Amino acid sequence: MKFRVYRYNPDVDAKPYMKEYDLDIDPGNKMLLDALVMLKELDDSLSVRKSCREGVCGSDAMNINGRNGLACITPLASLKEPVELRPLPGLPVIRDLVVDMTQFFKQYHSIKPYLINNDPPPETERLQSPAQREHLNGLYECILCGCCTTACPSFWWNPDKFVGPSGLLQAYRFIADSRDQATSERLDDLEDPYRLFRCHTIMNCVDVCPKELNPTEAIGHIKDLMTKRLA
Amino acid sequence: MVDRIVVGAHYGLRDWLAQRITAAVMVVYTLFMAGCLLKATAGYAAWKEVFAGQGVKTFTLLFLLCLFYHAWIGMRDIAMDYLKPTAVRLSFHVLVILALMVYTIWSVQILWGV
Repeated sequence: MKFRVYRYNPDVDAKPYMKEYDLDIDPGNKMLLDALVMLKELDDSLSVRKSCREGVCGSDAMNINGRNGLACITPLASLKEPVELRPLPGLPVIRDLVVDMTQFFKQYHSIKPYLINNDPPPETERLQSPAQREHLNGLYECILCGCCTTACPSFWWNPDKFVGPSGLLQAYRFIADSRDQATSERLDDLEDPYRLFRCHTIMNCVDVCPKELNPTEAIGHIKDLMTKRLA
Repeated sequence: MVDRIVVGAHYGLRDWLAQRITAAVMVVYTLFMAGCLLKATAGYAAWKEVFAGQGVKTFTLLFLLCLFYHAWIGMRDIAMDYLKPTAVRLSFHVLVILALMVYTIWSVQILWGV
């Protein structure tokens, strides 16, 4: 199989370039990550992040043939050759396919991704009814791989001001949580023209999410709640 | 340079809502105009007749004001994404605002001039 991989080592290279590889591999049931591991055996200067290799940790998010996704759950057989691999767009490249996700996590932390509840903790858990728990489905599964946020042009133009689809999905995850008491503050925090409202509903996020989540819908729910709060 | 802290400027929702409400008004006006066209209003005299009443003049002005406000939010959104240097963005904002104000005055002159 033929691969074209983005290579850039800032210590050595003046600018990034695409390197071609021809790998003797039978796609079979293998995933793209299997090929990357083999490529790394051939050329150990290639840098890639990976960890769980089963779509749970989100480390190996990259741009695969122009589309963000996780290498470990992308079947090789589904890819057109030459397979073009680039780092996630819109973030600084540390080396090759490894990007600096500082800005992404800064936005994630800015939405206070934890339960805020000032009541004294009960002896056991803070209980939820099945219906209340149901609201968290489609929200809590986010693995913070960054595929959606780095596919979003609004994040490319304003990474320091726009929270991005992943952060907003997480924001709604806590707004929707029956145990959280800070809904109003959370809405206040998102009501300015940048943090939430840079979203123009182009739905790149929904298109690329490897966990098939829907950040656009979550953003819509936040806008709904803000509007209802006016009354 | 002092960086702006974005949280705190609470006009995000207002502008987002305004863009949707103005769009709704424009849809209604467009349907109204399409209705006028379907009624085979042909010729200068017939159109002059349609625009003779204060109601149509007012509705048209409302449509245009909605269009200009809608355009202001849209143009500002473009500037927020693509024009970063303060001087360039501020000049662009001022030009757009002045142009839209001139259009408003011009619209009134046209509507009540015929």
